[in-house]
Amino acid sequence: MTVTADGPLPPTPYDVAIVGAGVVGCAVARELARHPRLRVALLDAQDDVGQGTSKANTAILHTGFDATPGTLEARLVREGYARLGAYADDTGIPVERVGALLVAWDEEQRAALPRLAEKAERNAYPDTALLGPEELYAREPHLGPGALGALHVPGESIICPWTTTLAYATQAVRAGVDLHLNTAVRAARRSGGHLLTTSRGTLRARHLVNAAGLHADTLDRALGHEDFTVTPRRGQLLVYDKLARPLVRHILLPVPTALGKGVLVAPTVYGNVLLGPTAEDLHDKRATGSTADGTAALREQGRRILPALPEEEVTAVYAGLRAATGQEDYRITAHPGQAYVTVGGIRSTGLTASLAIAAHVTGLLAENGLDPGPVREPEPLTMPNLGEASPRPYQRADLIAADPEYGTLVCHCERVSRGEIRDALASTVPPRTLDGLRRRTRARAGRCQGFYCGAVVRDLFERGRA
Amino acid sequence: MTGQAVVPRRVDVLVVGAGPAGLAAAARLAAAGAGRVEVLEREAQPGGVPRHCAHGGFGTWTRPLTGPRYARLLTEAAERAGATLRTGVTALDWAPTGPVLTTVGPGGPETVEARAVVLATGARERPRAARLVPGTRPAGVCTTGELQQAVHLFGQHIGTRAVVAGAADVSYAAAATVRTAGAEVVALVTEHPRAQAGRARAGAARLGHGIPLLTDTTITELVGHGRLSGVRVRHRDGRTAVLPCDTVVFTGDFVPEHELARRGGLTLDPGTRGPAVGATPHTSRPGVFAAGNLLHAVEPAGTAVREGARAAGAVLDFLAGTPWPEPGVPVVVEPPLRWIAPNRVTPGAVPARHVLRTGVPLPRPVLYVHQDGRLLHRQRLTAGTALPERTLTLAARWHDRVDPDGGPVRVSTG
Repeated sequence: MTVTADGPLPPTPYDVAIVGAGVVGCAVARELARHPRLRVALLDAQDDVGQGTSKANTAILHTGFDATPGTLEARLVREGYARLGAYADDTGIPVERVGALLVAWDEEQRAALPRLAEKAERNAYPDTALLGPEELYAREPHLGPGALGALHVPGESIICPWTTTLAYATQAVRAGVDLHLNTAVRAARRSGGHLLTTSRGTLRARHLVNAAGLHADTLDRALGHEDFTVTPRRGQLLVYDKLARPLVRHILLPVPTALGKGVLVAPTVYGNVLLGPTAEDLHDKRATGSTADGTAALREQGRRILPALPEEEVTAVYAGLRAATGQEDYRITAHPGQAYVTVGGIRSTGLTASLAIAAHVTGLLAENGLDPGPVREPEPLTMPNLGEASPRPYQRADLIAADPEYGTLVCHCERVSRGEIRDALASTVPPRTLDGLRRRTRARAGRCQGFYCGAVVRDLFERGRA
Repeated sequence: MTGQAVVPRRVDVLVVGAGPAGLAAAARLAAAGAGRVEVLEREAQPGGVPRHCAHGGFGTWTRPLTGPRYARLLTEAAERAGATLRTGVTALDWAPTGPVLTTVGPGGPETVEARAVVLATGARERPRAARLVPGTRPAGVCTTGELQQAVHLFGQHIGTRAVVAGAADVSYAAAATVRTAGAEVVALVTEHPRAQAGRARAGAARLGHGIPLLTDTTITELVGHGRLSGVRVRHRDGRTAVLPCDTVVFTGDFVPEHELARRGGLTLDPGTRGPAVGATPHTSRPGVFAAGNLLHAVEPAGTAVREGARAAGAVLDFLAGTPWPEPGVPVVVEPPLRWIAPNRVTPGAVPARHVLRTGVPLPRPVLYVHQDGRLLHRQRLTAGTALPERTLTLAARWHDRVDPDGGPVRVSTG
């Protein structure tokens, strides 16, 4: 098992190099790892998997009911929904099938609901139902006054994006993929195969997959393609305290308008409540900061949807950048003769679609001359459970009886045990920072943000890595 | 198999939290023969926040102590009196009926049934996220609690240049800890026109150690990817600047650690966000008492100790058969006041005083106490300026004028 974060890269050429270890790149790596004859490298500029768009999104497993029918995105989201749902059940990725309600706040929005139901049917999702105000308020008693009705989409679900990305990466690495972190691709050219100049030296590969997210257009241009430009679209989100969780039962979606998809309120699998995102087109691909205007606008909208929400404490504020390309579809393109596949414009639905994108990309590689060889299904995997819908380690008497470290809570707000931190530090793709540890365990992710546990968690992290 | 142990263990009094209030309550209860008195502490060591306050200001005028020494003395007193201290054990939730708590520790899950429960879960500082301070999310952002533990309990490196957000007593303690760790304090930053600490303390930091105090100044953004590189500040007159630093400590703005109180369905006061109580520590849930900074975030440890001891008295009376009191009349504050404690008026029980906080500096403040439009009391607080994050006290001698069947009592500044 190979994960590197420094030193020179291996000199021998890989069969496939994947640039970008986000949820899509990791899914492609996992799919290719099913072919044991292939030598695969997964590269990322940052020190962990899933550090870009994949870590900061709305964490929803989409049915694809509202996709534009007939697009590649619509197909891959639909397929990905089924694939990731089954994969999550097998690996223990937290998923809660809470369902969504598209809430109509005025007559125009209510009139739009039947059209959305028809659109869902065209997307092969017939299970929607129109609700009147009475049934809506029975389902969501804390909803603000004035809602006229809703469209119920029972399949929309919430999921843990961090565990998903990490599960793919773990399986890929265990099956022989080389994961090279801290490896920024600076230049790419064709010379026999692909020759990538990186911050850690040169890497050669016969085939190249561009899953570079926000930077996919830059890498594409380096290989002579001017197909699209990524405009980062910032989404700021507020995470409310776990004590707010009883306020909401479904994913509460606005009815889409010409101005965009709007702001949602949703539970998280960790037991928080999410409010967001904003939608701001920017030019700076590093502008992941929150702003006073952004959070104020969210709080204002949140107050209308759930009046009790702003009374609760905010646990976290974050911002993610979506890879908008100005086209309402994914930009997945095989470049014949170049042994190169671009996976661009993967927007917020990319988490849901990831496994389907991976299968699609693998197919394109094969059409492009990659001989994948025989298939060997990867070893089954069980991921640590960060979700509140099934027992966490501290709730499992059997686990604590076998190992008291699972009963020794270190992070009190999130009820993270010393055993879980120890396990994360010894895992296949270990964390390199406290933030990486947080995404694997939730340590320091709670309401005190380290007031109680910060120093002791850091002590465990530093001693565990020493 | 999952879930909690089926057979509950029985104790007489269960105290949740081994900080000053919990330890003082346990010591007095055990000494008075309340039976089996058990203290649950989720941290590895008892003592609460004073454990990592490696500075003076604890104890009494005649016997000044550092925080860690104070924590040790309180712990020893509780143990000597016969209370059982169980550290590394977390109280998770309540059983549906009675004062019964589920817990977990290295020994596994447990259900503990008590005749009475004393909640003494303390308080913590609001972190950066809860204060909605915009910007990126770099490393190097902490609260005083984390800073003090990192430096005093673990000897961790905390950066080289720190900005301290706040200028209350706790902020000056944070600045001292930064200096102890060998780092430089770039500045203390407060949105208020002056420090919310004693003039001697503020003067010593500014003049003795050369630590600038930026008043009327707000931190508007954290800057930096990976590690903090600076904080952007804006002065009330519109000037802005970036203070280069690799660490920022958010100080003060304490909130009660009220998760267990909320999970137990206790009525909370909207101002303090702790359990609503009157002169006595009875909560809205019979058999459950509350003491210390869970009730008022935050008062000095000595206050928490006195309340813990007083709670023990109420618990003893309850165990002896004294009935649970009526909830009484709520006492609410109007802005710019932020909270008041106690926040109920119950017949026959008058507190020595109320403590309260203002959100903004108030020059020569006068407090008015009304009920249903009727003025019950008027009191000039201080000849100087009442400051945020500083204790203000209101006499309680107007309690006998409260109509027990009337509306809420309102405390205002005008």
